[in-house]
Amino acid sequence: MKLKYLSSPYLVWMVVFILVPLLMIAYFAFTTDSGSLTIKYLSDVGQYANIFVRSIWLALIATVICLIIAYPVAFILSRMDKHRQGTMLMIVMLPMWMNFLLRTYAWMTLLANNGIINHLLALAGLGPVKLINTSGAVVLGMVYNYLPFMILPLYSVMEKIDGSLFEAASDLGCSSSQTLFRVIIPLSMPGITSGVTMVFVPAISTFIISRMLGGGSNLLIGDLIEMQFLGNSYNPHLGAAISLVLMVIILVIMTVMNQFDPDDQVLM
Amino acid sequence: MKKLGKIYLALVLLFLYVPIFVLIVFSFNETKSRSVFSGFTLDWYVRLFHNRIIISSLVNTIIIAVSASVISTVLGTLAAIGINGMRKLPKAVIMNVTNIPIINPEIVTGVSLMLLFVFFAARMNLEFGFVTLLIAHITFDVPYVILNVMPKFNQMDPHIYEAAQDLGCSPLSAFRKVVLPEIMPGVVSGFLMSFTYSLDDFVVSYFTSGSTSQTLPITIYSMTRRKVSPEINALSTIIFIVVIIVLVVKNAIEKRAAVKSGQVKEG
Amino acid sequence: MDIRKLLAAAAAPFLMLSLLTGCTAAETADEPEEEEESEAQTLTIADPDYYSRFKGQGLSINVYNWGEYISDGADDGTLDVNGEFEKLTGIKVNYTNYATNEELYAKLKGGAASYDVVIPSDYMISKMIKEGLVQPIDFDNIPNFGYIMEDFRNLAYDPDNAYSVPYTWGTVGIIYDSTVIDIPEEDIDWDILWNEDYADEILMFDNPRDAFAIAELICGYSLNTEDSSELEQAAFRLRQQKRIVQGYVMDEVFDKMGGGDALIAPYYAGDALTILEDNDALSFVVPKSGTNRFIDAMCIPSSSRQKEAAEMYINFMCEPDIAFANIDYICYSTPHSAAFEMLDEETQNSPVSYPDSEFVRDKTTVFVNLSDEANQKMQDLWTEMKSAEDENSNKWLAPVFLVFCILLMIFVLIRRHIKNKKDIF
Repeated sequence: MKLKYLSSPYLVWMVVFILVPLLMIAYFAFTTDSGSLTIKYLSDVGQYANIFVRSIWLALIATVICLIIAYPVAFILSRMDKHRQGTMLMIVMLPMWMNFLLRTYAWMTLLANNGIINHLLALAGLGPVKLINTSGAVVLGMVYNYLPFMILPLYSVMEKIDGSLFEAASDLGCSSSQTLFRVIIPLSMPGITSGVTMVFVPAISTFIISRMLGGGSNLLIGDLIEMQFLGNSYNPHLGAAISLVLMVIILVIMTVMNQFDPDDQVLM
Repeated sequence: MKKLGKIYLALVLLFLYVPIFVLIVFSFNETKSRSVFSGFTLDWYVRLFHNRIIISSLVNTIIIAVSASVISTVLGTLAAIGINGMRKLPKAVIMNVTNIPIINPEIVTGVSLMLLFVFFAARMNLEFGFVTLLIAHITFDVPYVILNVMPKFNQMDPHIYEAAQDLGCSPLSAFRKVVLPEIMPGVVSGFLMSFTYSLDDFVVSYFTSGSTSQTLPITIYSMTRRKVSPEINALSTIIFIVVIIVLVVKNAIEKRAAVKSGQVKEG
Repeated sequence: MDIRKLLAAAAAPFLMLSLLTGCTAAETADEPEEEEESEAQTLTIADPDYYSRFKGQGLSINVYNWGEYISDGADDGTLDVNGEFEKLTGIKVNYTNYATNEELYAKLKGGAASYDVVIPSDYMISKMIKEGLVQPIDFDNIPNFGYIMEDFRNLAYDPDNAYSVPYTWGTVGIIYDSTVIDIPEEDIDWDILWNEDYADEILMFDNPRDAFAIAELICGYSLNTEDSSELEQAAFRLRQQKRIVQGYVMDEVFDKMGGGDALIAPYYAGDALTILEDNDALSFVVPKSGTNRFIDAMCIPSSSRQKEAAEMYINFMCEPDIAFANIDYICYSTPHSAAFEMLDEETQNSPVSYPDSEFVRDKTTVFVNLSDEANQKMQDLWTEMKSAEDENSNKWLAPVFLVFCILLMIFVLIRRHIKNKKDIF
């Protein structure tokens, strides 16, 4: 029996539903309604450069904040008693299992002008602060939603680091900051790279978070794509061109991230 | 230092949980206000269970998640077996393509499938709805199954399959008796994972669903865009409680299994 | 990748349970519902035989409507119109919502989904007729069309009245918090939406046509202008306004205005009246200077596969009792003579819902479909406006940061390259 052939149904599926759709994006990006070749739409994407910049910028900020918050969390978790680690990890991950629309909606109610945070501020005698519909709110939403994506890979790498390494480092005269930069960070590099990609990719392409927390005036790439297909400005060709550019950006970023990764994991 | 760590962890947990607890508290609020708590009621729960759209989208979600994860488990397991027997180059190519739906932003996967379906819809009698949703879900589910099953082959001794045949097993029974038990944990975790993803997916479903077969996340989305009713809070509370129960049960089962097998296992 | 694996492995079991609880919930939910239905109002339907034609055939129709645009039985004592239709005819209704005409257009144009009944507005109807997205209706199947007032037949968007059956109509006005905004009602005009005093307290339409209309009213242009310099000027006004706009919304306005998150919002009269019911602080005014008047009508898309069932649904929506239940619930103005008669006197004489004919004639404009070029122009200007950077954000920050990142990457790559070379020796 040739086992090889067992994979043929999947191979057909893969070609039809993974590769062909990607080709469809390219096809739509380079043709007009009547089917003739054009680079008009691709060059039109240039008009929206500011949206690309904003998306990359906000996604970067969110990724950095996630990294800063998650790194100590992962470290503390990984140094706990073995039997408590599992429980603690579960507690940290539990909010993840809520549907992310509901989690974002929760922030909508918290941040509203007449929402709970502003009510509390008013009790403390502070004036209402504009929280929702700002780019800050969008970043907050990204951090909140994708933080677990950062904690988990960091934790799974750090958990494997032998604690005696830290003792060895301090015995050999390392200060605690030297231990951090010379031992812990280099050893957790694979976790950092995968965590960064896991946060950055969804953050740059989201349209829910900017829609719900950005009030429609902080458009991101995701919003722009969604608008072209199901939203207010129907133009699938332009939408396909934007998607194509987005894919290229992510490909570049993944390649760069792979450079940081000491093991040559195949990510793409 | 240890204390500091605990305080930090507590703060992060506070950040993670406060929004959810606020949602839960306001599911019991008498009025529709989302900032002032005026009185206790269970009304919203009653209404939630009377909401035909929510109930029917819940049923749709479950039907799609079950069928998509079953089909993709079969498809993915067969694929993994086949890919495992391939030479290095085709294997690498296929694995890279398999990774695409995982790495690509969800919105691109959704849009690309939508374009494909639109293309077919114009030429064949294809209508957006259950079928397109199912295809889309299988497409992003299969890679997870493959990625769960493949490592099990690497851990397995490749010769035992041949050994079984040498000892008189037919290829099929050799597979059933030797290979399948070895890869079973991978198949199960692949199945559970794709089931989870199907249940929770919004973005891809948003682009590939049609006029029928709305899934629960899509319904939640359209609820947040309209006059919002605390029913949505009630829904969150129920989901949250179910999550807690399941995770606790899972933890307990794992602990018991660990005790039974006599080894001190983590978690 | 391993993260997702981990996540999923942990998550999977809980979902199974949710499945179980979900199912039992659904079962228990069914029982009390029946009781309720029996005590709901009794409907009088003129011709029950007409509706029983398709019983037992397991048909279903897909209805695509605006959000909050039907009586759905959500509030106590109101009628669940779709439920009643299902009970009466045995045809299942798949009911979904959109927020703007443009969204509806995208769904139909993309060919993505097949719908049997949609309810677009005037200008969108003529656009859809032009592009063949809707099909002629067989009015023999809609005897209740007779209830539609003369004034609402053969309108410009559908001159021969072959494609549409009017559902509601209304005007656009301004909802505002009269406890904070101390301006006499008659002095409120569209320019209040540009008033810097209310910065960050203003909501705006999240669709190009309605938003442009307001800017055009301010500039004194026609609401149907196709002149590109006028469109650009309107877009300029919208961009000016962006800085003080809290958010661009459609049906989110119910929550934001109802909950006191904003002070001013332009919206459709019917929805405004619904919002006013919940929040006493709010008032609604249709500026005397003029406004847009819209007519939303039921159409059958060309992709419909259940045309007769769709016509049955449209006819059902025109049953006096049903039309009244809807109009009573959504507060829009009705073109249905019998439903109008059923309204209480106060509503019939309401200047908001049923303004006098002089105002309607002189001061309101119905949108017409623009030429493709003008539509495209408006579309582009709209996206440009929405994507424009806030004036008060630091423009240089992002590019500088990007350049920094790129330099950092180059540095790292070079270092790596040198290191690799060293490793060889």
